Amino acid sequence: MIEVLFYVFAAVALGGALGVVWAKSPVGSLLYMVATLASLACIFVLLEAHFLAAIQVIVYAGAIMVLFLFVIMLLNLGHDYQRDLKGGAFSLLSFVIIGLMAGVLVRQFGENAITEPTAGGRAIDAALAQHGAVGAIAQPLYTTYVVPFEITGVLLLVAIVGALVLAKKGGQ
Amino acid sequence: MITEALVLSAMIFVLGTFGVLVRRNAIIMFLCIELQLNAVNLAFIAFSRLMGIDGQVFVFFVMTVAAAEAAVGLAIIISVFRHYETVNVDNFKLLRW
Repeated sequence: MIEVLFYVFAAVALGGALGVVWAKSPVGSLLYMVATLASLACIFVLLEAHFLAAIQVIVYAGAIMVLFLFVIMLLNLGHDYQRDLKGGAFSLLSFVIIGLMAGVLVRQFGENAITEPTAGGRAIDAALAQHGAVGAIAQPLYTTYVVPFEITGVLLLVAIVGALVLAKKGGQ
Repeated sequence: MITEALVLSAMIFVLGTFGVLVRRNAIIMFLCIELQLNAVNLAFIAFSRLMGIDGQVFVFFVMTVAAAEAAVGLAIIISVFRHYETVNVDNFKLLRW
């Protein structure tokens, strides 16, 4: 049952990713991206990352995609309907390069098949049972990774100030 | 299912790379970069089934960096659009050979 669900969501995610690259209008690309993000969130749930699935929907599909949509609407790019692919030799070359990349990656992952249940999986299931979905990730976040966590806060502050300065009209 | 998730993440990453390489619209290039980040997130979560919860913590950080990057990048796109009246990267002539 879980395998079937996984394949359904994987198909939606791949189709959405193709749509992002292939869609003519930016808004179309964006909507395909939302489909991809939502089905990836479902796959996160299947992989027992419940908190991250919720964050994926709220932060990615909610906030970041709305930000993109807002910028598309603000710059009035919604009716830009000609396809803007780079032509000729360059796209052929990039197709060959990504084909090689895909071949290497898929072969690498496919060859070393992983047998479940794994040690890490059991540890995560134990943490989920003990602390709950939020506690399981909060526990390492606020102990082992507390310094990176604080630096992330500083990064967000810098990003806010930077975005304001860059987008301000008639700056220096 | 871990192997399948890793293969899926490789495919999405490659599609994102292809998008960055062939599209000219700066906003869609940005979307494709987000696609790559998401593929990496999926790989992190799949590997966290193997190595323990630390992979999920890293996904948390990746999402924060992605949000910051989207905010700053879109601000840059807006200010470039004010200057050139377009977001097509072929028209950005400065600093190019």
